[in-house]
Amino acid sequence: MIIGKIEDGIVLDHIKAGEGMTLYKILGLDSLDCQVALIKNAESKKMGRKDILKIDQLIDVNLDAIGYVDPGITVNIIKEGKLVKRTHIDPPEEIVDIIKCKNPRCITTTEQELQHVFKLTDKENGVYRCIYCESKAK
Amino acid sequence: MKHLIDIMELTTAEIDQMVDTAKDIIANPAKYAEKCKGKKLATLFFEPSTRTRLSFEAAMYELGGNVLGFSEAQSSSAAKGESVADTIRTVGAYADIIAMRHPKEGAPMVASRKSTVPIINAGDGGHNHPTQTLTDLLTISREKGRFNNLTIGLCGDLKFGRTVHSLISAMSRYENVKFILISPDELRIPEYLKHEVLEKNNLEYVETTDLEGAMPELDVLYMTRVQRERFFNEQDYIRLKDSYILTPDKLENAKEDLSILHPLPRVNEISIAVDDDPRARYFEQVLNGKYIRMALILKLLEVK
Repeated sequence: MIIGKIEDGIVLDHIKAGEGMTLYKILGLDSLDCQVALIKNAESKKMGRKDILKIDQLIDVNLDAIGYVDPGITVNIIKEGKLVKRTHIDPPEEIVDIIKCKNPRCITTTEQELQHVFKLTDKENGVYRCIYCESKAK
Repeated sequence: MKHLIDIMELTTAEIDQMVDTAKDIIANPAKYAEKCKGKKLATLFFEPSTRTRLSFEAAMYELGGNVLGFSEAQSSSAAKGESVADTIRTVGAYADIIAMRHPKEGAPMVASRKSTVPIINAGDGGHNHPTQTLTDLLTISREKGRFNNLTIGLCGDLKFGRTVHSLISAMSRYENVKFILISPDELRIPEYLKHEVLEKNNLEYVETTDLEGAMPELDVLYMTRVQRERFFNEQDYIRLKDSYILTPDKLENAKEDLSILHPLPRVNEISIAVDDDPRARYFEQVLNGKYIRMALILKLLEVK
């Protein structure tokens, strides 16, 4: 399968196989007008299988969202057909309005205007908890 | 400005200081009778809880202060759809300190982010109830004279029982504390508590279904009620509610200086016949709740 080269845009590489669509949704890529390619289960020497997202436009990506989904993801910035920056993301200490708390008893279920804030409580295992009810992010 | 939302926000030194203040209040009540003169406590109970509310109100009155508030959401503007943040900002204009109970988890934290006066979490759903834990700690300190070197049995609903979770977290900071966790399999403590508190702090703990077998080892036995309101399924509640009932014969092999605690209200998990046993300390615990709330109000209002 061949997907064309990007002139100016972003390539999110080394996404854990199967997580590409999650990231697509969390980053709101469905609302973009430019070309976006999601490659699932691409072969990878390092990972066996991986997902890749190619965005044919230089947009502001939410690095916290990427770090939350998978800190192993590589963010490649392409300008004029050349790789100008490669970033590895650390898991963010706090994520705001990226995911919603699913605990039906949480105050965020009734106070609609509250921000959904999660804090990294266990770095080793990548556990995030809602700052209000302390439920684990799912 | 300080709030009290979660017991773990307090250092052990702050807890010691409040426990000392509470003991001094017990010894010298007259010294504290006007400490909060001219101050007002608002008790905002979006969910009814008569004993916690009365304990706060009694605490403020004994400090010479006044009390205002509501005891259920229907009689507040929350019934009209007002947000917690707006209610708190309004009440902050009338009161010097707010004790708040809310059925939704995290509501007092939302309040504390917007409040102009100190917020005390008086219980948020099944989540936190830090003043109950302070009550338990004062009781343990008064009964045992120490927080270290104790074997604590927790019995009943260890899954939904927030008082149990907070007490385990609070006691995990002391040395040589062993927990014996007695519950039916369905009501064992949550995995996260095991991993993130007990195992992380290298605490010794045993999970068992056998109350009588655990009894001889215990310095403190903390009984809890299986709470109907924490179940989504009525059948599960009915099946599990009578799992552990403490009766005098179950205490036969208990230590002579065992302290039996219970956050109350009880339904039938401690037989009335146990009340006369000198080891039953749950009504003293209720009284301690008032004293530690007095100490907390003084601390948050920075009254010397």
